[in-house]
Amino acid sequence: MKARIKKIIDKYHSNKGFLVPILLDVQREYNYLNREALNLVSAFLEVPISQLYELGTFYKAFSLEPRGRHEMKLCTGTACHVRRVPLMKDNIERVLQIQAGETTPDLEFTFETVNCLGACALGPILVVDGEYHGNISISKTNKILKKLGKKVKIDEEN
Amino acid sequence: MAEMVTLTIDGREINAPAGTTILEAATDANIYIPHLCSNEELAPYGACRLCMVEITQGERARLVASCIFEVADGLEVETNTERVLNVRKLVIELLLARNNKHPALRKIADELGVKETRFPVEQKGCILCGQCVRTCREVVGVSAIGFSGRGITRKVATPFMEFPPDCIACGSCVYVCPVQFIPMKEENGVRTIKGFDYPMQKCSKCGRYFAPKKQLEYFSKITNLPLEHFETCVGCR
Repeated sequence: MKARIKKIIDKYHSNKGFLVPILLDVQREYNYLNREALNLVSAFLEVPISQLYELGTFYKAFSLEPRGRHEMKLCTGTACHVRRVPLMKDNIERVLQIQAGETTPDLEFTFETVNCLGACALGPILVVDGEYHGNISISKTNKILKKLGKKVKIDEEN
Repeated sequence: MAEMVTLTIDGREINAPAGTTILEAATDANIYIPHLCSNEELAPYGACRLCMVEITQGERARLVASCIFEVADGLEVETNTERVLNVRKLVIELLLARNNKHPALRKIADELGVKETRFPVEQKGCILCGQCVRTCREVVGVSAIGFSGRGITRKVATPFMEFPPDCIACGSCVYVCPVQFIPMKEENGVRTIKGFDYPMQKCSKCGRYFAPKKQLEYFSKITNLPLEHFETCVGCR
């Protein structure tokens, strides 16, 4: 791990001004900001760990918890909301057995709600691993989940 | 000697060195502006917004936080207009919504004629002025604590909400807090700050517990003097 972190930091010439890009690279490498990696960054750059924690909790792009292999973002903006997104949210939460903002224990799925994706005409929208699914319904979310995960039980009819 | 500028505060002509803030210039001229987050030992920050004043530069009058706005030639500052007082009342109401008990906040509220906040009170205690965090960073130089989260989840935190590895238990954060939010006590050779325990050092001569061990280790590190040098209290040296 030491060598990998060192490599990332060297890429930015050990410049403390690049803390955010460095942390983004670290996150890309390990899928989240783990304690050990943050401690190494702190030691290499001589930046107090409190400052790294501050950044890690401030930006939504950072996660201090492990993330799932598949990332699902459900839009809860006004246009999506009136098209019954709350029902789909409940459904996804029930199927994955987690609350929005959490990751399944097997690290397969991370499910989050977002406030507005700015594509209201396509609403309701679910973003799965960067791919936008517009005009979704409960049955469509079930199909998507089925396609992604063998481990996810869907006993609902389509 | 810094260049002097002339400005007016509440109609009084005042000379102040360039680069000082309106709040400093006003304080030097015995003009009172309420403030909570400003501390002369720390860099200007502008968090509490209590020190809002109205300034006129050219034709437009606008509101600025006097603790971060630098004085300039010909600047006209009003510290007590209706607009200013309205903003201050709102700010103190917002602060009271986080802590409606502390005497320091109550006193400022009384001065402004605010009896109760119109916002639902969530007794958080901390008003997020950041003096503790900034003192730890700027004065002590260890940066053991910082903020976490943002918006409504923002709070002062130790890294990962756990025992802060860099903390030297100096208690500066406790001392500087305007609302005494961080508790500290000393008992049987242990200093406890916000639930974290730090062992104290016994004086090698009189046997009195006089300072946290980690603080003395820090002294020894930054001064390059042997640790034994610090293991005797000031009175016995």
